[in-house]
Amino acid sequence: MSSPEYWTKPWPSSSADIPPPSESAPAAVAARPTAEQVIAGLRATSEGGPDLVQLLTPEGERVAHPHFDLDITPEGLRDLYRDMVLVRRADRECNALQRQGQLGIWVPLLGQEAAQIGAGRAMRPTDMAFPSYREHGVAWCRGIDPTELLGIFRGTDHGTWDPLEKRFHPYTIVIGNQVLNATGYAMGQRLDGKVGDDHQDDEATIVFFGDGATSQGDVNEAFVWGAVYDAPVVFFCQNNQWAISEPMERQSRIPLYQRANGFGFPGIRVDGNDVLATLAVTRWALEECRSGNGPVLIEAFTYRMDAHTTSDDPTRYRLSDELEAWKLKDPIERVRVHLVRGQFADADFFAHVDAESDALAERLRAYCVDMPTPPAERIFSNVYAESSPPLDRQRDEFLTYLADFDHSGGAH
Amino acid sequence: MAETRSRTTAQGTDTAGDGSTRQAAGAAGGPAGTTQKVTIAKALNLGLRAAMERDPKVVLLGEDIGKLGGVFRITDGLQKDFGEQRVMDTPLAESGIIGTAIGLAIRGYRPVCEIQFDGFIFPGFDQIVSQLAKLHFRTQGRIKVPVVIRVPFGGGIGAVEHHSESPESYFAHTAGLKVVACGDPVDAYWMIQQAIASDDPVLFFEPKRRYQEKAELDTSATPFPLHASRVLQQGSDATVVCYGPMVRTCTDAVRVAAEDGHRLELIDLRSLSPLDLAPVFESVRRTGRLIVVSEAPGESSIAAEIAAQVQQECFYSLEAPVLRVTGFDTPYPPAKLEEEFLPDLDRVLDAVERSLRW
Ligand SMILES: Cc1ncc(C[n+]2csc(CCOP(=O)(O)OP(=O)(O)O)c2C)c(N)n1
Repeated sequence: MSSPEYWTKPWPSSSADIPPPSESAPAAVAARPTAEQVIAGLRATSEGGPDLVQLLTPEGERVAHPHFDLDITPEGLRDLYRDMVLVRRADRECNALQRQGQLGIWVPLLGQEAAQIGAGRAMRPTDMAFPSYREHGVAWCRGIDPTELLGIFRGTDHGTWDPLEKRFHPYTIVIGNQVLNATGYAMGQRLDGKVGDDHQDDEATIVFFGDGATSQGDVNEAFVWGAVYDAPVVFFCQNNQWAISEPMERQSRIPLYQRANGFGFPGIRVDGNDVLATLAVTRWALEECRSGNGPVLIEAFTYRMDAHTTSDDPTRYRLSDELEAWKLKDPIERVRVHLVRGQFADADFFAHVDAESDALAERLRAYCVDMPTPPAERIFSNVYAESSPPLDRQRDEFLTYLADFDHSGGAH
Repeated sequence: MAETRSRTTAQGTDTAGDGSTRQAAGAAGGPAGTTQKVTIAKALNLGLRAAMERDPKVVLLGEDIGKLGGVFRITDGLQKDFGEQRVMDTPLAESGIIGTAIGLAIRGYRPVCEIQFDGFIFPGFDQIVSQLAKLHFRTQGRIKVPVVIRVPFGGGIGAVEHHSESPESYFAHTAGLKVVACGDPVDAYWMIQQAIASDDPVLFFEPKRRYQEKAELDTSATPFPLHASRVLQQGSDATVVCYGPMVRTCTDAVRVAAEDGHRLELIDLRSLSPLDLAPVFESVRRTGRLIVVSEAPGESSIAAEIAAQVQQECFYSLEAPVLRVTGFDTPYPPAKLEEEFLPDLDRVLDAVERSLRW
């Protein structure tokens, strides 16, 4: 099959292999791993491994990283904390709304706040984001009010924000589709000359997907396209360890970030429960893309603390030990501890954020319960950009039919 | 098969540029020098070139479409003239071609994807039906995805499997897509430009076995609307409806029938979604008879849809049941059997006779 050296070359897994921020060359092509290395890789798949970029430990201590660091003011820290608390609160409220029958389903974000806020806050207004369906935190960073997400889960619409104005694509339910769409969009940014040295109007694209999605053909095709066309796209994989009931071992034999090697661009694993590290790494990756050195794969190593969706029952497939272990790595708690320890925030600040989140939850609830069902006309509207006479006829007939009920006073 | 008839071939009744049978082909006579005799392949090439010259946002994506000019040479010379950024030889993955075209369209481009052969569109099916078709609806019109997907379709070229399929009904069944098929060089030239100019996603089916057939093309004429069917031949005895590669077959059948004294009305659908059936209803109300001809398997097909709608709209005018002449409800057969599978002159004429005898 191949020469013996091929099997015995060192597995490029130390953090020294991660290209430093100033360097743009893609990581070297990886050699085939030994059996021990595969096992070590699998362990890294579940434990984070030595390559994990971290700037804030679970105990709330700042640590240095040779390639990624972050200059952040106390105010910047407090803002990140506030973002995470508010999106967690919105998420919990929506979860409750589902339990009370107000939403058909909810896709919880719990545990992934740091990954999403870190990535979302790394973006510039001109950058474009393509989410899957759990990216409520990224939506928040794009200036989308959480009420705009409700219709998707209540069944009144498919998202009401303007994707081009907010630079946040609609949620995508089919696993992996959006990764190709994002890559195409990034190709367009490059064709438009928005990639290069002019740091005023350079742009990049970031696309979000899960660990399960990495098994999809579309994601792999997007990696090929991204590499071949030097597309300014950051592939942001939130490895929350589970694809519904399927653990990482069902998707990959090697840690996901290492796959980037095979496509010819850098792959980095960041502590997805560390908002500072995620912010630093994503900022670097987006800048790489804006300056023409994309794409980059980021694996945000995190954990889905709640069910996959409100229809899921994680007690059937995962152990509570695992959950307990991850609780100790909570993304919000570590920032809180850091703020307190460093005296970057006082009790008033925390009380204020709590009050703000209560108000947000209340507003969400009121909005949700009062959401009107759109008129039947919505079924037919905007199916096409240009008209379709047969569909127009179908709409007219149906609306006339409905109007008959109204006249006769009958129910429908 | 009709008991008395010997197997007639299309070649036997060559029309040498079927303009003579067309009702209003390229009505406006343009200034001198704009008319040329071209094949469907050349007409498509000219149409793509015209669209690219008109709008710098038009980009082509596909496998082998650059230096090679595509396996059918439809994009011949375009990369040379427009560069690699506008005529992109892509990696070999259909979902990738269509999925990235969607992203380019969101960014403001007008991508035209070439699918090498009909049978290879299925890896891209998911992106087409899940994203391309639905983005406009999902975003309440905020996102437009003016993507054209060109698909050489249909059989009759003696190819190996997966190279001769007629998958158009899958797409006509999907809301949000527009689906068209050209049948001659004049339509090829104009329809490809209209499809590219459309703000909706368009599946553009090209009759690959007709690529080399020629007709006069007047590039200064006024084009016929994209989503309108067209009466190619007027007649009063029965109506024949077809599209794509069957246009030529049916044109021949109409002529042969005329020799037998049957005056058939021939309609080229051109647009498969939306269907413009008003001219068909009008025709059937006069003739009382309809034969729908398509290469695709007939079950749950566009031909089936037309039959259903015509019986619904023209019930009291029908003198005979609507007949369908289609491919069989089987996988496309090995090449040595495709002449049996494909509707030909004889099968069309046989159906005409059955209808007239009813
Ligand atoms: C193509 C496709 N297959 C199956 C599903 C059903 N499904 C929804 S989410 C999911 C798991 C996704 O896991 P992952 O990519 O890790 O993302 P996560 O939800 O964990 O963030 C599955 C199988 C789907 N939405 N799309």
